[in-house]
Amino acid sequence: MSLRTALLFAASLLCARAGAGEIPPSERRSGYDLMSRETRAMQDDDATNPGMLWVLDGETLWNRKAGAADRACSDCHGDARESMKAVAARYPAFDAALGRPVNLEQRINMCRSKRQKAPPLAFESRELLALAAYVARQSRGLPIEIAIDARSRPFLDAGSEAFHRRQGQLNLACSQCHDDHWSGKLAGSPITQAHPTGYPLYRLEWQGLGSLERRLRGCLTGVRAESYPYGAPELVNLELYLMWRANGMRMETPAVRP
Amino acid sequence: MARAVVTVPARAKRGEIVEVKTLAQHPMETGFRRTQTGELIPRDIIRRFTCTYNGTEVYRVELHPAMSANPLIAFSTIAAETGTLAFQWVGDNGYSVTETASISVE
Repeated sequence: MSLRTALLFAASLLCARAGAGEIPPSERRSGYDLMSRETRAMQDDDATNPGMLWVLDGETLWNRKAGAADRACSDCHGDARESMKAVAARYPAFDAALGRPVNLEQRINMCRSKRQKAPPLAFESRELLALAAYVARQSRGLPIEIAIDARSRPFLDAGSEAFHRRQGQLNLACSQCHDDHWSGKLAGSPITQAHPTGYPLYRLEWQGLGSLERRLRGCLTGVRAESYPYGAPELVNLELYLMWRANGMRMETPAVRP
Repeated sequence: MARAVVTVPARAKRGEIVEVKTLAQHPMETGFRRTQTGELIPRDIIRRFTCTYNGTEVYRVELHPAMSANPLIAFSTIAAETGTLAFQWVGDNGYSVTETASISVE
């Protein structure tokens, strides 16, 4: 085989690989399936899942009065185990007043400023993560259900575009790892399919709970791209696309990941 | 918020080996890390964990800077009599958390 043929052959292989495209529904896997037996056991048992510490804090905050209105979440929403069931599985959701999708953390903060008349909680603060984890815990085991209509379609498309766009100094698109090479490894760690089924989740590397936005910012830094600030519309669009892409998969919050 | 979660079987047979799981909320700051401006972050860790069963110490751990945040400590003990398991975590900066769980032995 001449060098030229060999190169052409290699190039065609690369193209075939790059054209792997979207993951067929039957092959979708949560990051849970790629974890070690020990880490899976840690997530499955509430007695050992460190994310439960935040969930318990969230329960306390849910029932604590806050702000000038002196109202607790529970004063309007009642028992979260009933009222918040499957709610997190529908977020990010379109907000008609803002005219764009908002994620769960933003929704909690909107409730705080509008209904409780309290200052919004900082992104990644212990309190906001605890409330988000408590709310999302009520969706554990339920399928993700992102409904897209004409109003939210442009934001989903923007998120999809961002997922497939090469960016950063490494010139990598999210899809090149998470759609095309999810069966492979990167620096010894399995590459996941990037289904956000368990956020906010406890990452052993972080030694704490973190949001999907924290994870996305980490990935962006990883490809040497400038990451967006917390709450940026670009991040929410990407969250919307990822959750929509995982439609039908079961929520795991609070998940544990290595 | 300093929180701890303990899991002990509610009932057991006399002489049975039971598993006890504890999870304490703590950053376990090693004291070796620095901020972006180079200042040392002071150490803040849990130093000691003890478990007493009806007043008798059955398990004790000394913790050191290399242990992870929110340490999970699981161990086993023998269900000797109905009573209370008392847990205590003591650490830097006056950190002290206590928790109890009861077990009924038949």
